[in-house]
Amino acid sequence: MTSTLTEARSRTATPHRRTKRVRWRGPLVAWLFLAPALLLFLYFKFIPMFVGLWKSFFKVQTFLGDEWLGLQNYQTIISDADFAAAIWHSVLLALGTTVGSLVLGLGFALLIEGPARYLWFVRTAAFLPVVTTMAAVAEVWRIMFHPAPSGMLNVIIGWVGIDAQPWLASEHSSLWSIMLMSIWRGTPYDMMIFLAGLVGVDRTLYEAAAVDGASTWHRLRHITLPALRPVFWILFTLAAIRGLRVFVEVYVLTNGGPNGSSEVLMTLIYKLGFQKNDLGVASAGGIVLFLATLVLTLVAQMLRRRQAT
Amino acid sequence: MRFDSALGLESRKGPLAVGGKVLIYGFMVVVFTGPLVGLLVSAFSKTLDPTSFSLWPDDFTLENFVQAKEKNVYLYLLNSFIVVGFGLLLQMLVSVFAAYSLARKKFRGMTFVLLLMLTTMMLPEEIIAIPLSLVLADMPLLHVNLIGTYAGMILPVGAWGFSILVMTEFMKEVPVELEEAARIDGAGEMRIFATIILPLCRPALGVIGVFGFTMIWDQYLLPLIVAPESSMWTLPIALRSLRSDEEVGIGVLLAASLLALLPSIIAFLAFQRQFMRGLTSGAIKG
Repeated sequence: MTSTLTEARSRTATPHRRTKRVRWRGPLVAWLFLAPALLLFLYFKFIPMFVGLWKSFFKVQTFLGDEWLGLQNYQTIISDADFAAAIWHSVLLALGTTVGSLVLGLGFALLIEGPARYLWFVRTAAFLPVVTTMAAVAEVWRIMFHPAPSGMLNVIIGWVGIDAQPWLASEHSSLWSIMLMSIWRGTPYDMMIFLAGLVGVDRTLYEAAAVDGASTWHRLRHITLPALRPVFWILFTLAAIRGLRVFVEVYVLTNGGPNGSSEVLMTLIYKLGFQKNDLGVASAGGIVLFLATLVLTLVAQMLRRRQAT
Repeated sequence: MRFDSALGLESRKGPLAVGGKVLIYGFMVVVFTGPLVGLLVSAFSKTLDPTSFSLWPDDFTLENFVQAKEKNVYLYLLNSFIVVGFGLLLQMLVSVFAAYSLARKKFRGMTFVLLLMLTTMMLPEEIIAIPLSLVLADMPLLHVNLIGTYAGMILPVGAWGFSILVMTEFMKEVPVELEEAARIDGAGEMRIFATIILPLCRPALGVIGVFGFTMIWDQYLLPLIVAPESSMWTLPIALRSLRSDEEVGIGVLLAASLLALLPSIIAFLAFQRQFMRGLTSGAIKG
């Protein structure tokens, strides 16, 4: 298509010059259009990434100059009890939220699958948590988690005869409470993606199964779930990565407390970096988080590929 | 019995089945919208302590929104709108330009660029928050300090891999013939881009617009890093200070939370169709 244009314009040019112009003009235009995006990515994604990697080997000091430490920052992270606990909490939170949202999302998707118009209303209403601003939603949940018997969630569980819970106020339940809110927010997203996946299931297979006298469970097990497998893997990877880097939820709900019981990697890194000004260790923490994300993505891809063959 | 769903629920008739369906759907709607309804109700009632947060309207009042003014809530809201306004404009411009190149051009290094975009999507802001604050304080080569400026909150959200990739997918579907015809008529690159490609991608503009809006509106760490002075805070990060303010009741906090939630909810409800389409295309392909 580019050649048509240049041909029309440079009809008088010699054939040699024409091909030369064609050769560089197309790519130049392409790069020019890409330039703003690449420049912004360079400055706000890639340079910070390398700065983070670089600083992770230093003791960062504002006026004294940085001091080379080698791998000591990483050693600090691995040996430090706070970091170990934070990593464990992150993994637990990521896993619980991911699995909870996936299972509930699939269940709800199966329940509201179909073309009826009122289902569209249910879907839209159920989807609202996903688009809402995390910080504001977390404030609302923090209030609902009020530990007294008159707190909203305690009143609700009181209806079915469960005793009042301390929720965020106790070391034993803080992480689980955060998980509950995350599942509430994550489920509709997974549900919507599952619904999109369900559209692609071959309807004739259901009919064939019915002719063979298969039960609903059999239809699910042998037709629906296999068809959803790729969707499942994408969602699992995305959600697990999202879970590992969780920050706002924890920062707003508990800020890691009580007594560090809900401290996750990102809240710890934030505290180290911006409150204790220990930028070297904080950067190393960021790199560890990045590596964990990378490993998780690769493992999920490998599993997916193995399953496909 | 028809077979258009896995559980076959849709085709089941009879009072028991209908009752079950009403129960299930009602449960879902209540669970997922309940906290938001509670927020709406409590923001308009004389809510002083956490225990009066409820789904039932108490005594209606606008007092919380009046008090919110004293606590600078509307200034924070304005800051949020400034950031999201300019940020979204920049992001959409950058996305359509980049997508035009990726969808309509063939050039060496294209796979590399696509790989870069995917990398940025896997590299969440949380991970680079600390070094980003260092970069923003002293931009390499330019030696500008963006901490404490609106630009510091706007520029980093300017390029977003998701938005570029969604736009690229849409642009690929514009027929080549249209472009060729325009070229024969002597139209230049910018003209083809602005008068042929862009108008045909209007639905896609809605998609990246509404996604970009919610993404920028939801920013938390970035304004936390960039805005040390409270006069520059955006609404989401201002909520925390409102909570720890002894003078204000919980009603003001809820009123501010409602203001922080409403824009993205309105954007979602207005562009629902585009939103759902973008969601599925983005999640499956990206």
